Amino acid sequence: MVPSVPEPGSTPDTQAPDIQVERLNAWYGSAHTLRDVTLHIPARQATALIGPSGCGKSTFVRCLNRMHETGAGTRVEGSVRLGGLDIYAAAQAADIRRRVGMVFQRPNPFPTMSVYDNVASGLRLNGVRRKRLLDEVVEHSLRQAALWDEVKDSLRTRSGANLSLGQQQRLCIARALAVEPEVLLLDEPASALDPISTSKIEDLIYELKTRYTIVLVTHNMQQAARVAERTGFFLDGALVEFDETKRIFTNPRDRLTEDYITGRFG
Amino acid sequence: MPSLDLTPGSAAAPSPRSPIPFVRSSRWADLAFSAAIRTCAFSLFAIVLLLVAVLFANASLSLHSFGWSFLSRSSWDPVARSFGSLPFLFGTLLSSLLALLIAVPVSLGVAVFVLDICPAPFRTFVAYLTELLAAIPSIVYGLWGLFVLVPLMRRFAGPALVRAFGWTDLFREPNFGMSLLTASFILAIMIVPIIASVSRDLMRAVPGDQREAVLALGATRWEALRLGVLRNARLGILGTVLLGLGRALGETMAVTMVIGNHPEISANLLAPSYTLASVLANEFAEAIGHLYLSSLVEIGLILLLISVLVNGLARALVWAATRRGDGLQRRAS
Ligand SMILES: Nc1ncnc2c1ncn2[C@@H]1O[C@H](COP(=O)(O)OP(=O)(O)OP(=O)(O)O)[C@@H](O)[C@H]1O
Ligand SMILES: [Mg+2]
Repeated sequence: MVPSVPEPGSTPDTQAPDIQVERLNAWYGSAHTLRDVTLHIPARQATALIGPSGCGKSTFVRCLNRMHETGAGTRVEGSVRLGGLDIYAAAQAADIRRRVGMVFQRPNPFPTMSVYDNVASGLRLNGVRRKRLLDEVVEHSLRQAALWDEVKDSLRTRSGANLSLGQQQRLCIARALAVEPEVLLLDEPASALDPISTSKIEDLIYELKTRYTIVLVTHNMQQAARVAERTGFFLDGALVEFDETKRIFTNPRDRLTEDYITGRFG
Repeated sequence: MPSLDLTPGSAAAPSPRSPIPFVRSSRWADLAFSAAIRTCAFSLFAIVLLLVAVLFANASLSLHSFGWSFLSRSSWDPVARSFGSLPFLFGTLLSSLLALLIAVPVSLGVAVFVLDICPAPFRTFVAYLTELLAAIPSIVYGLWGLFVLVPLMRRFAGPALVRAFGWTDLFREPNFGMSLLTASFILAIMIVPIIASVSRDLMRAVPGDQREAVLALGATRWEALRLGVLRNARLGILGTVLLGLGRALGETMAVTMVIGNHPEISANLLAPSYTLASVLANEFAEAIGHLYLSSLVEIGLILLLISVLVNGLARALVWAATRRGDGLQRRAS
């Protein structure tokens, strides 16, 4: 390692912040999708969100980096504080998105860019031009996302689109990691992955949460139990229960939560 | 993983049903259909071949007399029976390229405006307007050029250009209003609607998650548009631009009315010029003598070959773009 270049992924200058959400409401047109969600996402821990399909988990995480408002006819009310900063009232959306990285539920690599350029895109957008630094960050991010070995020989020749779905998912994780956000929103990051890649991603989350604040949407309860300190259960746009993961899975307070985690739902 | 569907008793018992009476369609219908389709496809092919053959046959005299030098000679003198196509090639290519230079930025601006900036209620209206412009017959554009654009160029735009850029050779007196530049403007106005509406469709076809991906990295709205939309549509847009070029190269009526119809090669954009299509339209009816006529036919042949080349290139690009586009249609996981 060259001493003059800081190791990519080394401790960020700023400590990753916590997120305080208060009475968050979100709409798609007239559909009231999130209702009065209030919760505190602790700093430098992983927080899992579970709930049946369509309950608003994706919508919720998209409100945490102001992506929800990019859709047509959408609306958000309530407050989200990122380490005390009100992201809706007192910040630029682009700055927030730069600090709060996101991996979307559906992988969306750039098809006209090579694997390398996909990962480097965020850095280039933020004005990084030095090739040595780019090279290092790209390799480091791809290694973290457990994709390096599969693409290292075709970094610049392969397009982001002709990877397998699971590889695309890991590419998107690498792309989000490359800009070293403080918070990482992962919307079902392992939904298309085999057990080995899944466990690599879980290892990554485990490692990252010492430095990053992580929000993880998952349908896999074992996954939530393995990596997350806290878990929230969503139902019909409302947060039913939010507690320590162990408690949610062993001794939930709410009857609905219990029904859901025991598979007795519906 | 606990699965929600497996709750005991929730699966409905399959109901017994009678077999479906499938009927096979006749083999003959299939064969007849395929024969009809083949005939249609083949006749298209035959028409193109026939067209080229007839042009070649009628141009043979000129082809024999001048050979390749027809492309490099610049005299066009029916009295001396001396013909060369260089001034027309020059006028055609330069006016079309200039038109593209003007039209492409404007078209992309219009497309982005309609797609992204224009308030929703006006969107369909502006889109309708662009499509309407594309449907206006070229003679109408020509008339408008003659009565509006030409005087404008003569009185205001021309003198202003001479004052500002007279030190280059590109804009010099005399300026009659009818010029290569005027033709380029008319052509630009005619191809903007096509390029704008097709590239708007191409941009709209880019999945929204591409723009989201760029935004989520902390990009501004413009960066998201550039990286997430334009970049993904760029091959198709290039193809569309070439289609526009094809239209400009072959445009006859409007250009003939404003270009001045003078076969001379000049660096001065304010000087009159002439195009392949215009000389055909103007002189074919009164061409006397076999060599004269044959030379005009050869000009038609050259025009055809250029159009085929440009259109082929455009098709290839659009094809490559749609093929690449398949990569964008990813399935939900
Ligand atoms: N772009 C949209 N426009 C309109 N309604 C939407 C849109 N996206 C989501 N919805 C609706 O909002 C609700 C919440 O959707 P959301 O995507 O947040 O669910 P989810 O919990 O992430 O589900 P899943 O587990 O299937 O990903 C759903 O009822 C959905 O139909
Ligand atoms: Mg979702």
